[in-house]
Amino acid sequence: MNEFGTYGMVAEFDNPTDLVEAAHEIKKKGYRRLEAYTPYAIKDLEEIIPGRNLVPPIVLIGGLIGSATAWTMEYYIAAIDYPINVGGRPLYSWPMFIPILFELTVLFAGTFAFVGTLALCGLPRPHFPLFNLPEFSGASSSRFFLCIERRDPLYDSELTAAFFRELNPIGVWEVENV
Amino acid sequence: MPELIALEERQRHAARGLDPNNPLEVVAPGTTFETVSEQISSIVLTRKVPLFWWCTFGFGLFLFVVFGIAITYLLAKGIGIWGVEIPVAWAFAITNFVWWIGIGHAGTLISAFLLLMNQSWRSSINRFAEAMTIFAVMCAGMFPLFHLGRAWIFYWILPYPNTMTAQPNFRSPLVWDVFAVSTYFTISVLFWYIGMIPDLGTLRDRAEGGFKKGFYGVLSFGWRGSSHHWKLHKTACLLLAGIATPLVLSVHTVVSFDFTIAILPGWHSTIFPPYFVAGAIYSGFAMVLVLGIPLRSVYGLHNLITVRHLNNCGKLMLVTGLFLAYTYLIEPFTAWYSGNGFEMYTIHNRAVGPHSWSYWLVILLNVVIPQALWFYKVRTRVIPLFTVSMVVLVGMWVERFMIIVTALDRDFLPSSWSNFVATFWDNAMFWGSIGMFIVLFMLFVRFLPMIPMSEVRELLPFSRPGGGTEK
Repeated sequence: MNEFGTYGMVAEFDNPTDLVEAAHEIKKKGYRRLEAYTPYAIKDLEEIIPGRNLVPPIVLIGGLIGSATAWTMEYYIAAIDYPINVGGRPLYSWPMFIPILFELTVLFAGTFAFVGTLALCGLPRPHFPLFNLPEFSGASSSRFFLCIERRDPLYDSELTAAFFRELNPIGVWEVENV
Repeated sequence: MPELIALEERQRHAARGLDPNNPLEVVAPGTTFETVSEQISSIVLTRKVPLFWWCTFGFGLFLFVVFGIAITYLLAKGIGIWGVEIPVAWAFAITNFVWWIGIGHAGTLISAFLLLMNQSWRSSINRFAEAMTIFAVMCAGMFPLFHLGRAWIFYWILPYPNTMTAQPNFRSPLVWDVFAVSTYFTISVLFWYIGMIPDLGTLRDRAEGGFKKGFYGVLSFGWRGSSHHWKLHKTACLLLAGIATPLVLSVHTVVSFDFTIAILPGWHSTIFPPYFVAGAIYSGFAMVLVLGIPLRSVYGLHNLITVRHLNNCGKLMLVTGLFLAYTYLIEPFTAWYSGNGFEMYTIHNRAVGPHSWSYWLVILLNVVIPQALWFYKVRTRVIPLFTVSMVVLVGMWVERFMIIVTALDRDFLPSSWSNFVATFWDNAMFWGSIGMFIVLFMLFVRFLPMIPMSEVRELLPFSRPGGGTEK
């Protein structure tokens, strides 16, 4: 035990079926601070471990900012700052502004999607307590992990470990918060 | 139902006497989570770099040096070293630009449009196809940049407060092009990178040695594959795909506006946007096959890039090639139907004028030869498919050359007519850009995961809970 205490209890599985069943059981038992770590996206986990997904509104806001920026810039430059009279045609020739308006909408929406997703994930974060567990490197290749964090009110070193062992894991560890 | 279709396909495949070891599945049987991870990450981390890589990289590097020399000489002397003059002021530079940017389009189509259409077969080829897009757009960008003449003040085309109190004209398609291409490049890089983050995490975890681990650790941003992160990641990828699909169509549409908004006969035509987009996707799929077929055999990726992928890319080439054939047919028709003497003369000039070789070469390379793709045996065998793809790449370059040169060299006034003759430096710039592409692509193959491991894992039959186990 170090000065930062324990991060949580981790169980390793070798297939997604056992993982999802175990996650169900843990939920039923009343644990709330649960997180799964898998080598690819598993849709079933989204229902068991809910969380807010703010990516779509962020992308929408990005797109709107892009449109507004493009329109303001084009109107200001073409009609006010640097008006060019082409055969008496209107300065505010909005149909000709559409291509750039579209491109900047896409540019801002896409950049917001990238930066927003990383920010919501809390990345970049080079170190994470679970990286202390040597076995955890399998989580990016072929192994499936469940972690009950110590913050969970039901967390108890011995009881939680015993409960985990009933769920058919290939290993159970308590991970320190370093 | 999907099982039944797969069975039927396999029987058909066997009945045609094709290699049963070359399956029609998206991923060959026997692939597991561990084998995929090992197969792809070992290319980067542990396996000896194949001789093929060194030879191709060396060849690319040689051409890249030629590119550097051509650019240095160009900056010293000015674009007079090229064969361009009035009225043929575009010639090679814009031909190369349109050709390269068109090639990029298939990568975005595979990664974005096919993702939205839920075409799971795209997964294993989307990473290198998208890398191809990025490098092709980089090569494309070189040409308008140096065609400016004074490339060091390129930023004058951007809107920014300046002491000249001058601003770009937003009614000009050339300015739209700046925005379209730079947005396309940025979005392609972001989409490519966000998809690669989980795989960089795999490389970090499998790397031995502090430097490699640190390198991929930094690139992966500390990805840990938590279920919450996966959900956000999936949503972001889908949304990026959703905005990249109209973007890719807009980019080549804007490129075609560079031509159509001019009043020149042979350019001033409403068919240009779909004509250009179809041609772009056509040449792009050809490039995907030209890159994919050698990669597949050199790195032994037959289980991930299967006959099914070759077959599907072949079909898509055939379809887009037919779109293109249709526009080739419509062009002379509209010229004739318009009753406009200048329009009709442009078509006449293309068919029998000084550059008529380019017109007939385009018909042969883009329309006649690719009809071989109707045959299953051409689409599923690597050598004929590779040959047809090379033919299409050459054909599409000649097509852009034909569009630009045969329209410009015979415009309204016979007194301003001229003939375009390419110089050594025109060719050096073109081949040099191919060198730049090869160098970038080979570095990608060497240092980054060229097959998206996390997406391939999702395709495996036991990846769904309740789908059985690996054994």
